[in-house]
Amino acid sequence: MQARKLSGGFDTPPVNSAHAFRAVMEAMARPGQIQDISGAQPPAPLSNAAGSVLLTLCDTDTPIYLAGDADTDDVRAWLAFHTGAPLTGPSHSMFAVGSWDALMPLSGYPIGTPEYPDRSTTLIVECAELEATGATLRGPGIKSEATLSLPETRAFQSNRALFPLGLDFIFACGDRLAALPRSTEVSRSSREAVAHEGAF
Amino acid sequence: MTDYNFAYLDEQTKRMIRRAILKGLAIPGYQVPFASREMPMPYGWGTGGVQVSAAVLTPDDTFKVIDQGADDTTNAVSIRSFFERTAGVETTTATTEASVIQTRHRIPEEPLTEDQILVYQVPIPEPLRFLEPRESETRKMHSLEEYGLMHVKLYEDISRHGHIATSYAYPVKVEGRYVMDPSPIPKFDNPKLSDMAAIQLFGAGREQRIYALPPYTQVVSLDFEDHPFEASKADHLCGLCDATDSYLDEVIMDDQGGRMFVCSDTDYCEARRAAGHKGKDAA
Ligand SMILES: [Zn+2]
Repeated sequence: MQARKLSGGFDTPPVNSAHAFRAVMEAMARPGQIQDISGAQPPAPLSNAAGSVLLTLCDTDTPIYLAGDADTDDVRAWLAFHTGAPLTGPSHSMFAVGSWDALMPLSGYPIGTPEYPDRSTTLIVECAELEATGATLRGPGIKSEATLSLPETRAFQSNRALFPLGLDFIFACGDRLAALPRSTEVSRSSREAVAHEGAF
Repeated sequence: MTDYNFAYLDEQTKRMIRRAILKGLAIPGYQVPFASREMPMPYGWGTGGVQVSAAVLTPDDTFKVIDQGADDTTNAVSIRSFFERTAGVETTTATTEASVIQTRHRIPEEPLTEDQILVYQVPIPEPLRFLEPRESETRKMHSLEEYGLMHVKLYEDISRHGHIATSYAYPVKVEGRYVMDPSPIPKFDNPKLSDMAAIQLFGAGREQRIYALPPYTQVVSLDFEDHPFEASKADHLCGLCDATDSYLDEVIMDDQGGRMFVCSDTDYCEARRAAGHKGKDAA
Protein backbone atom coordinates (compact mmCIF):
# COMPACT_ATOMS: atom_id res chain seq x y z
CA MET A 1 0.00 0.00 0.00
CA GLN A 2 2.70 2.43 1.05
CA ALA A 3 4.82 1.48 -1.96
CA ARG A 4 1.95 2.08 -4.35
CA LYS A 5 1.30 5.52 -2.88
CA LEU A 6 4.89 6.60 -3.16
CA SER A 7 5.75 5.20 -6.59
CA GLY A 8 5.32 7.32 -9.69
CA GLY A 9 8.10 9.80 -8.98
CA PHE A 10 10.81 10.71 -11.47
CA ASP A 11 13.08 7.76 -12.39
CA THR A 12 16.06 10.02 -12.94
CA PRO A 13 15.08 13.27 -11.22
CA PRO A 14 17.77 15.59 -12.67
CA VAL A 15 17.06 14.55 -16.25
CA ASN A 16 13.28 14.11 -15.92
CA SER A 17 12.92 17.48 -14.26
CA ALA A 18 15.14 19.16 -16.87
CA HIS A 19 12.89 17.87 -19.66
CA ALA A 20 9.70 18.61 -17.74
CA PHE A 21 10.87 22.14 -16.98
CA ARG A 22 11.51 22.81 -20.66
CA ALA A 23 7.93 21.79 -21.42
CA VAL A 24 6.61 24.11 -18.71
CA MET A 25 8.92 26.94 -19.79
CA GLU A 26 7.95 26.61 -23.45
CA ALA A 27 4.29 26.60 -22.39
CA MET A 28 4.66 29.72 -20.22
CA ALA A 29 6.73 31.47 -22.91
CA ARG A 30 4.23 30.63 -25.66
CA PRO A 31 0.75 30.99 -24.17
CA GLY A 32 -1.76 28.59 -25.66
CA GLN A 33 0.81 26.28 -27.22
CA ILE A 34 0.21 22.72 -26.01
CA GLN A 35 3.29 20.83 -24.82
CA ASP A 36 3.85 17.16 -24.02
CA ILE A 37 5.17 16.51 -20.54
CA SER A 38 5.94 13.24 -18.77
CA GLY A 39 7.96 11.68 -16.03
CA ALA A 40 5.59 11.46 -13.06
CA GLN A 41 2.65 9.15 -12.41
CA PRO A 42 0.93 10.70 -9.40
CA PRO A 43 -2.04 9.15 -7.59
CA ALA A 44 -5.52 9.92 -8.94
CA PRO A 45 -7.02 12.37 -9.50
CA LEU A 46 -3.81 14.24 -10.40
CA SER A 47 -2.83 14.06 -14.06
CA ASN A 48 0.67 13.03 -15.06
CA ALA A 49 1.16 16.55 -16.36
CA ALA A 50 0.19 18.17 -13.05
CA GLY A 51 2.32 15.66 -11.13
CA SER A 52 5.32 16.33 -13.35
CA VAL A 53 4.97 20.11 -12.88
CA LEU A 54 4.75 19.71 -9.11
CA LEU A 55 7.82 17.47 -8.92
CA THR A 56 9.75 19.87 -11.16
CA LEU A 57 8.96 23.08 -9.31
CA CYS A 58 7.94 22.27 -5.74
CA ASP A 59 9.88 21.59 -2.56
CA THR A 60 9.96 22.64 1.09
CA ASP A 61 10.04 26.31 0.00
CA THR A 62 6.76 26.19 -1.93
CA PRO A 63 3.45 25.88 -0.07
CA ILE A 64 0.86 24.00 -2.16
CA TYR A 65 -2.93 24.27 -1.98
CA LEU A 66 -4.74 21.07 -2.93
CA ALA A 67 -8.21 22.14 -4.05
CA GLY A 68 -11.30 19.96 -3.73
CA ASP A 69 -10.91 16.43 -5.12
CA ALA A 70 -7.15 16.87 -5.45
CA ASP A 71 -6.85 16.81 -1.67
CA THR A 72 -6.65 13.08 -0.94
CA ASP A 73 -4.53 11.09 1.50
CA ASP A 74 -2.70 9.47 -1.42
CA VAL A 75 -1.90 12.80 -3.05
CA ARG A 76 -0.77 14.24 0.27
CA ALA A 77 1.50 11.27 0.96
CA TRP A 78 2.92 11.32 -2.57
CA LEU A 79 3.71 15.03 -2.49
CA ALA A 80 5.18 14.81 1.00
CA PHE A 81 7.49 11.99 -0.06
CA HIS A 82 8.60 13.43 -3.40
CA THR A 83 8.63 17.18 -2.71
CA GLY A 84 8.38 17.81 1.03
CA ALA A 85 6.21 20.80 0.16
CA PRO A 86 4.00 22.10 2.98
CA LEU A 87 0.27 22.11 2.32
CA THR A 88 -1.64 25.31 2.88
CA GLY A 89 -4.80 27.20 2.03
CA PRO A 90 -5.16 29.34 -1.10
CA SER A 91 -4.08 32.62 0.53
CA HIS A 92 -0.57 31.37 1.32
CA SER A 93 -0.05 29.11 -1.67
CA MET A 94 2.71 29.44 -4.25
CA PHE A 95 1.11 26.63 -6.23
CA ALA A 96 -2.47 25.45 -6.28
CA VAL A 97 -3.80 22.38 -8.05
CA GLY A 98 -7.32 21.15 -8.75
CA SER A 99 -10.25 21.44 -11.11
CA TRP A 100 -11.29 24.91 -12.22
CA ASP A 101 -14.40 24.87 -10.05
CA ALA A 102 -12.54 23.59 -7.01
CA LEU A 103 -9.88 26.31 -7.36
CA MET A 104 -12.47 29.12 -7.18
CA PRO A 105 -12.63 31.89 -6.10
CA LEU A 106 -9.55 33.44 -7.72
CA SER A 107 -9.78 36.36 -5.29
CA GLY A 108 -8.43 34.04 -2.60
CA TYR A 109 -4.88 33.81 -4.03
CA PRO A 110 -1.93 36.18 -3.69
CA ILE A 111 -1.44 38.25 -6.86
CA GLY A 112 1.96 39.69 -5.85
CA THR A 113 2.71 43.21 -4.68
CA PRO A 114 3.47 46.30 -6.81
CA GLU A 115 7.16 45.97 -5.95
CA TYR A 116 7.24 42.15 -6.12
CA PRO A 117 4.59 41.07 -8.63
CA ASP A 118 6.31 37.67 -8.86
CA ARG A 119 5.03 36.76 -5.39
CA SER A 120 1.82 35.34 -6.76
CA THR A 121 0.26 31.90 -7.01
CA THR A 122 0.66 29.67 -10.05
CA LEU A 123 -2.55 27.68 -10.49
CA ILE A 124 -2.39 24.21 -12.04
CA VAL A 125 -5.83 23.59 -13.47
CA GLU A 126 -6.81 19.99 -14.16
CA CYS A 127 -8.81 19.91 -17.37
CA ALA A 128 -10.95 17.18 -18.92
CA GLU A 129 -9.87 18.43 -22.33
CA LEU A 130 -7.19 20.69 -23.70
CA GLU A 131 -7.42 21.76 -27.32
CA ALA A 132 -6.06 24.55 -29.47
CA THR A 133 -9.55 25.91 -30.13
CA GLY A 134 -11.79 28.31 -28.29
CA ALA A 135 -10.74 31.57 -26.70
CA THR A 136 -8.38 33.85 -28.62
CA LEU A 137 -5.09 34.76 -26.95
CA ARG A 138 -2.82 37.70 -27.75
CA GLY A 139 0.22 39.15 -26.07
CA PRO A 140 3.87 38.40 -25.29
CA GLY A 141 4.89 34.97 -26.52
CA ILE A 142 2.26 34.88 -29.26
CA LYS A 143 3.16 35.81 -32.84
CA SER A 144 -0.25 37.06 -33.87
CA GLU A 145 -2.86 35.09 -32.01
CA ALA A 146 -3.40 31.66 -30.48
CA THR A 147 -6.49 29.77 -29.46
CA LEU A 148 -7.01 27.56 -26.45
CA SER A 149 -9.89 25.76 -24.76
CA LEU A 150 -10.31 27.71 -21.52
CA PRO A 151 -12.79 27.01 -18.74
CA GLU A 152 -14.08 30.59 -19.17
CA THR A 153 -12.84 33.96 -20.42
CA ARG A 154 -14.05 36.65 -17.99
CA ALA A 155 -11.79 35.51 -15.13
CA PHE A 156 -8.70 35.77 -17.35
CA GLN A 157 -9.69 39.21 -18.58
CA SER A 158 -10.03 40.40 -14.98
CA ASN A 159 -6.67 38.82 -14.18
CA ARG A 160 -5.03 40.57 -17.17
CA ALA A 161 -6.42 43.87 -15.94
CA LEU A 162 -4.29 43.50 -12.80
CA PHE A 163 -1.01 43.36 -14.78
CA PRO A 164 1.82 43.39 -13.73
CA LEU A 165 0.13 41.79 -10.72
CA GLY A 166 -1.93 38.67 -11.23
CA LEU A 167 -2.08 34.91 -11.30
CA ASP A 168 -0.43 32.57 -13.78
CA PHE A 169 -2.16 29.43 -15.00
CA ILE A 170 -1.03 26.02 -16.19
CA PHE A 171 -3.70 23.80 -17.74
CA ALA A 172 -2.99 20.11 -17.30
CA CYS A 173 -4.67 17.28 -19.20
CA GLY A 174 -3.23 13.77 -19.19
CA ASP A 175 0.34 14.05 -20.47
CA ARG A 176 -0.11 17.52 -21.94
CA LEU A 177 -0.19 21.07 -20.69
CA ALA A 178 -0.54 24.66 -21.80
CA ALA A 179 -0.13 27.90 -19.90
CA LEU A 180 -1.69 31.32 -19.62
CA PRO A 181 0.44 33.92 -17.87
CA ARG A 182 -1.09 37.15 -16.56
CA SER A 183 0.26 39.03 -19.61
CA THR A 184 -2.10 37.33 -22.07
CA GLU A 185 -5.17 39.11 -23.39
CA VAL A 186 -8.09 36.74 -23.75
CA SER A 187 -11.15 37.28 -25.93
CA ARG A 188 -14.00 34.92 -26.49
CA SER A 189 -13.53 33.79 -30.08
CA SER A 190 -11.59 34.85 -33.13
CA ARG A 191 -14.76 36.10 -34.81
CA GLU A 192 -15.46 38.43 -31.89
CA ALA A 193 -11.86 39.57 -31.82
CA VAL A 194 -12.04 40.60 -35.48
CA ALA A 195 -15.30 42.45 -34.88
CA HIS A 196 -13.66 44.21 -31.94
CA GLU A 197 -10.64 45.26 -33.97
CA GLY A 198 -12.94 46.57 -36.68
CA ALA A 199 -14.48 48.91 -34.14
CA PHE A 200 -11.30 50.98 -33.83
CA MET B 1 23.97 9.88 -12.59
CA THR B 2 23.53 10.00 -8.82
CA ASP B 3 27.01 10.93 -7.64
CA TYR B 4 27.18 14.35 -9.29
CA ASN B 5 24.69 17.14 -9.92
CA PHE B 6 23.41 17.37 -13.46
CA ALA B 7 24.55 20.76 -14.80
CA TYR B 8 26.50 21.33 -11.57
CA LEU B 9 23.67 22.87 -9.50
CA ASP B 10 21.72 20.79 -6.98
CA GLU B 11 18.07 20.10 -7.71
CA GLN B 12 16.71 22.51 -5.11
CA THR B 13 18.71 25.40 -6.55
CA LYS B 14 17.56 24.57 -10.06
CA ARG B 15 13.92 24.49 -8.90
CA MET B 16 14.32 27.94 -7.36
CA ILE B 17 15.89 29.31 -10.56
CA ARG B 18 13.24 27.61 -12.70
CA ARG B 19 10.45 29.19 -10.67
CA ALA B 20 12.11 32.59 -11.13
CA ILE B 21 12.38 32.03 -14.90
CA LEU B 22 8.67 31.22 -15.15
CA LYS B 23 7.67 34.36 -13.24
CA GLY B 24 10.08 36.35 -15.40
CA LEU B 25 8.36 35.05 -18.54
CA ALA B 26 4.95 35.87 -17.07
CA ILE B 27 6.01 39.48 -16.33
CA PRO B 28 8.25 40.44 -19.27
CA GLY B 29 11.04 42.84 -18.33
CA TYR B 30 10.46 42.61 -14.57
CA GLN B 31 13.50 41.60 -12.48
CA VAL B 32 12.75 38.53 -10.38
CA PRO B 33 15.01 38.15 -7.31
CA PHE B 34 16.71 34.78 -6.87
CA ALA B 35 19.26 33.36 -4.45
CA SER B 36 22.38 33.22 -6.57
CA ARG B 37 24.84 30.39 -5.84
CA GLU B 38 28.59 30.32 -5.79
CA MET B 39 29.80 28.96 -9.09
CA PRO B 40 33.27 27.58 -9.83
CA MET B 41 34.20 30.69 -11.80
CA PRO B 42 34.61 34.38 -10.99
CA TYR B 43 31.61 36.75 -11.12
CA GLY B 44 32.87 38.61 -14.17
CA TRP B 45 32.57 35.33 -16.06
CA GLY B 46 28.83 35.41 -16.13
CA THR B 47 27.72 33.34 -13.17
CA GLY B 48 24.15 34.61 -13.63
CA GLY B 49 24.02 33.37 -17.20
CA VAL B 50 25.67 30.11 -16.17
CA GLN B 51 23.03 29.48 -13.50
CA VAL B 52 20.20 30.20 -15.93
CA SER B 53 21.78 27.88 -18.52
CA ALA B 54 22.17 25.18 -15.85
CA ALA B 55 18.46 25.43 -15.02
CA VAL B 56 17.41 25.29 -18.66
CA LEU B 57 19.71 22.72 -20.30
CA THR B 58 18.71 19.11 -20.95
CA PRO B 59 21.13 16.41 -22.14
CA ASP B 60 19.54 16.72 -25.61
CA ASP B 61 20.68 20.31 -26.08
CA THR B 62 23.39 21.69 -28.33
CA PHE B 63 25.05 24.55 -26.50
CA LYS B 64 26.94 27.56 -27.82
CA VAL B 65 28.68 30.30 -25.85
CA ILE B 66 29.70 33.65 -27.27
CA ASP B 67 31.77 36.30 -25.60
CA GLN B 68 31.33 39.65 -27.37
CA GLY B 69 30.54 37.73 -30.52
CA ALA B 70 33.46 35.29 -30.31
CA ASP B 71 33.29 31.57 -29.52
CA ASP B 72 36.99 31.21 -28.79
CA THR B 73 37.73 33.47 -25.81
CA THR B 74 38.89 31.90 -22.53
CA ASN B 75 35.52 32.76 -20.99
CA ALA B 76 33.47 31.15 -23.79
CA VAL B 77 35.64 28.05 -24.01
CA SER B 78 35.56 27.55 -20.27
CA ILE B 79 31.76 27.83 -19.94
CA ARG B 80 31.28 25.52 -22.93
CA SER B 81 33.52 22.83 -21.47
CA PHE B 82 31.89 23.27 -18.04
CA PHE B 83 28.52 22.20 -19.46
CA GLU B 84 30.01 19.51 -21.68
CA ARG B 85 31.39 18.02 -18.49
CA THR B 86 28.50 18.56 -16.07
CA ALA B 87 25.43 18.29 -18.35
CA GLY B 88 26.77 16.06 -21.12
CA VAL B 89 25.50 18.46 -23.77
CA GLU B 90 26.83 18.71 -27.28
CA THR B 91 28.49 22.03 -28.02
CA THR B 92 28.85 24.00 -31.21
CA THR B 93 30.12 27.31 -32.51
CA ALA B 94 27.50 27.44 -35.28
CA THR B 95 24.58 29.68 -34.33
CA THR B 96 22.18 27.71 -36.53
CA GLU B 97 23.04 24.41 -34.82
CA ALA B 98 22.63 25.59 -31.23
CA SER B 99 19.46 25.07 -29.19
CA VAL B 100 20.71 27.11 -26.24
CA ILE B 101 23.11 30.04 -26.68
CA GLN B 102 24.70 31.78 -23.72
CA THR B 103 25.98 35.21 -24.60
CA ARG B 104 28.04 37.98 -23.16
CA HIS B 105 27.36 41.37 -24.75
CA ARG B 106 26.10 40.42 -28.23
CA ILE B 107 23.10 39.03 -30.07
CA PRO B 108 24.09 36.76 -32.97
CA GLU B 109 23.71 38.27 -36.45
CA GLU B 110 21.89 35.18 -37.71
CA PRO B 111 18.19 35.60 -36.79
CA LEU B 112 17.26 33.11 -34.05
CA THR B 113 14.38 30.67 -34.40
CA GLU B 114 11.53 29.37 -32.25
CA ASP B 115 13.68 26.33 -31.43
CA GLN B 116 16.36 28.39 -29.72
CA ILE B 117 16.90 29.99 -26.32
CA LEU B 118 19.24 32.94 -25.79
CA VAL B 119 20.71 33.34 -22.29
CA TYR B 120 22.37 36.67 -21.48
CA GLN B 121 25.05 37.26 -18.90
CA VAL B 122 24.11 40.48 -17.11
CA PRO B 123 26.47 42.51 -14.91
CA ILE B 124 24.03 45.25 -13.78
CA PRO B 125 20.36 44.33 -14.28
CA GLU B 126 18.87 47.55 -12.90
CA PRO B 127 18.59 50.23 -15.60
CA LEU B 128 17.78 52.86 -12.96
CA ARG B 129 20.74 52.03 -10.71
CA PHE B 130 22.93 54.92 -11.86
CA LEU B 131 20.09 57.31 -11.03
CA GLU B 132 19.19 55.73 -7.70
CA PRO B 133 21.49 53.46 -5.69
CA ARG B 134 18.82 52.13 -3.32
CA GLU B 135 17.09 48.94 -4.41
CA SER B 136 13.96 49.81 -2.38
CA GLU B 137 13.66 53.04 -4.37
CA THR B 138 14.23 51.55 -7.82
CA ARG B 139 11.63 48.86 -7.02
CA LYS B 140 9.19 51.65 -6.16
CA MET B 141 10.06 53.54 -9.35
CA HIS B 142 9.34 50.44 -11.45
CA SER B 143 6.09 49.77 -9.61
CA LEU B 144 4.91 53.35 -10.25
CA GLU B 145 6.35 53.45 -13.80
CA GLU B 146 8.37 56.46 -12.69
CA TYR B 147 10.70 56.58 -15.65
CA GLY B 148 10.90 60.34 -16.12
CA LEU B 149 14.44 60.59 -14.69
CA MET B 150 15.63 58.04 -17.22
CA HIS B 151 14.41 60.23 -20.05
CA VAL B 152 15.99 63.27 -18.44
CA LYS B 153 19.36 61.50 -18.38
CA LEU B 154 19.09 60.53 -22.04
CA TYR B 155 18.05 64.08 -22.91
CA GLU B 156 21.06 65.48 -21.06
CA ASP B 157 23.15 63.37 -23.43
CA ILE B 158 21.50 65.10 -26.35
CA SER B 159 22.08 68.59 -25.02
CA ARG B 160 25.71 67.76 -24.21
CA HIS B 161 26.69 65.73 -27.29
CA GLY B 162 24.00 66.55 -29.82
CA HIS B 163 22.93 62.91 -29.76
CA ILE B 164 22.31 60.14 -27.22
CA ALA B 165 25.82 59.05 -26.28
CA THR B 166 24.80 55.78 -24.60
CA SER B 167 25.98 53.12 -27.01
CA TYR B 168 25.91 49.96 -24.82
CA ALA B 169 23.24 48.70 -22.41
CA TYR B 170 20.88 51.13 -24.05
CA PRO B 171 17.63 51.02 -22.04
CA VAL B 172 14.45 49.58 -23.53
CA LYS B 173 10.78 49.49 -22.59
CA VAL B 174 9.10 46.11 -22.68
CA GLU B 175 5.47 45.84 -23.85
CA GLY B 176 4.93 49.45 -22.81
CA ARG B 177 5.49 48.63 -19.16
CA TYR B 178 8.91 47.85 -17.65
CA VAL B 179 12.12 49.69 -18.49
CA MET B 180 14.80 47.03 -18.84
CA ASP B 181 18.57 46.85 -19.20
CA PRO B 182 19.33 44.66 -22.23
CA SER B 183 22.82 43.89 -20.77
CA PRO B 184 25.85 45.60 -22.36
CA ILE B 185 25.00 44.69 -25.94
CA PRO B 186 25.80 47.43 -28.45
CA LYS B 187 22.71 49.46 -29.27
CA PHE B 188 23.12 48.10 -32.80
CA ASP B 189 21.64 44.87 -31.36
CA ASN B 190 18.65 46.51 -29.66
CA PRO B 191 16.20 46.07 -32.55
CA LYS B 192 16.85 42.30 -32.48
CA LEU B 193 15.46 42.14 -28.92
CA SER B 194 11.97 42.92 -30.18
CA ASP B 195 9.70 40.36 -31.77
CA MET B 196 12.40 37.68 -31.57
CA ALA B 197 11.23 34.11 -32.25
CA ALA B 198 13.52 32.69 -29.53
CA ILE B 199 13.03 32.88 -25.76
CA GLN B 200 15.40 35.43 -24.16
CA LEU B 201 16.52 34.91 -20.56
CA PHE B 202 18.73 37.28 -18.57
CA GLY B 203 20.76 36.23 -15.52
CA ALA B 204 22.65 38.54 -13.16
CA GLY B 205 24.68 36.51 -10.64
CA ARG B 206 26.18 39.09 -8.33
CA GLU B 207 22.98 41.17 -8.35
CA GLN B 208 20.78 38.05 -8.03
CA ARG B 209 18.19 38.89 -10.66
CA ILE B 210 16.56 36.96 -13.47
CA TYR B 211 14.38 38.51 -16.14
CA ALA B 212 12.97 37.38 -19.44
CA LEU B 213 11.44 38.22 -22.78
CA PRO B 214 9.02 35.66 -24.21
CA PRO B 215 9.11 35.25 -28.00
CA TYR B 216 7.46 38.02 -30.04
CA THR B 217 7.59 40.49 -27.17
CA GLN B 218 7.51 44.16 -28.14
CA VAL B 219 10.71 45.88 -27.03
CA VAL B 220 11.29 49.57 -27.78
CA SER B 221 14.52 51.51 -27.25
CA LEU B 222 13.85 54.71 -25.31
CA ASP B 223 14.06 57.79 -27.50
CA PHE B 224 12.56 61.18 -28.29
CA GLU B 225 10.47 62.43 -31.17
CA ASP B 226 13.18 64.88 -32.25
CA HIS B 227 15.97 62.36 -31.60
CA PRO B 228 14.75 58.94 -32.68
CA PHE B 229 16.74 55.86 -31.68
CA GLU B 230 19.38 54.78 -34.19
CA ALA B 231 20.98 51.34 -34.22
CA SER B 232 24.38 52.60 -35.26
CA LYS B 233 27.58 50.75 -36.08
CA ALA B 234 30.96 51.59 -37.59
CA ASP B 235 30.40 52.84 -41.14
CA HIS B 236 32.56 50.21 -42.83
CA LEU B 237 32.42 46.80 -44.46
CA CYS B 238 33.89 43.76 -42.76
CA GLY B 239 37.51 43.52 -43.91
CA LEU B 240 37.33 39.73 -44.01
CA CYS B 241 33.87 38.85 -45.35
CA ASP B 242 32.68 42.16 -46.82
CA ALA B 243 29.47 42.11 -44.74
CA THR B 244 27.59 45.40 -44.74
CA ASP B 245 24.99 44.45 -42.17
CA SER B 246 26.99 43.09 -39.20
CA TYR B 247 28.34 44.74 -36.07
CA LEU B 248 32.06 45.43 -36.47
CA ASP B 249 35.01 45.46 -34.11
CA GLU B 250 37.99 47.64 -34.89
CA VAL B 251 41.20 45.61 -34.81
CA ILE B 252 44.70 47.09 -34.65
CA MET B 253 46.88 45.21 -37.13
CA ASP B 254 50.42 46.58 -36.68
CA ASP B 255 52.62 49.12 -34.89
CA GLN B 256 52.06 51.66 -37.66
CA GLY B 257 48.48 52.20 -36.62
CA GLY B 258 47.07 49.98 -39.34
CA ARG B 259 43.59 48.86 -38.51
CA MET B 260 40.69 46.99 -39.95
CA PHE B 261 37.06 46.38 -39.20
CA VAL B 262 35.84 42.81 -38.78
CA CYS B 263 32.58 41.17 -37.79
CA SER B 264 32.27 40.87 -34.03
CA ASP B 265 30.20 37.69 -34.60
CA THR B 266 32.96 35.25 -35.56
CA ASP B 267 30.60 32.45 -36.61
CA TYR B 268 28.72 34.81 -38.92
CA CYS B 269 31.98 36.01 -40.48
CA GLU B 270 33.35 32.48 -40.93
CA ALA B 271 30.14 31.26 -42.51
CA ARG B 272 30.19 34.15 -44.98
CA ARG B 273 33.83 33.51 -45.88
CA ALA B 274 33.10 29.81 -46.30
CA ALA B 275 30.34 30.83 -48.71
CA GLY B 276 32.90 32.72 -50.80
CA HIS B 277 32.50 36.30 -49.57
CA LYS B 278 35.80 38.11 -49.36
CA GLY B 279 36.66 41.49 -47.82
CA LYS B 280 39.44 43.88 -48.82
CA ASP B 281 41.71 42.80 -45.94
CA ALA B 282 41.27 39.05 -46.47
CA ALA B 283 44.45 37.22 -47.36
ZN1 LIG C 1 32.91 39.45 -41.45
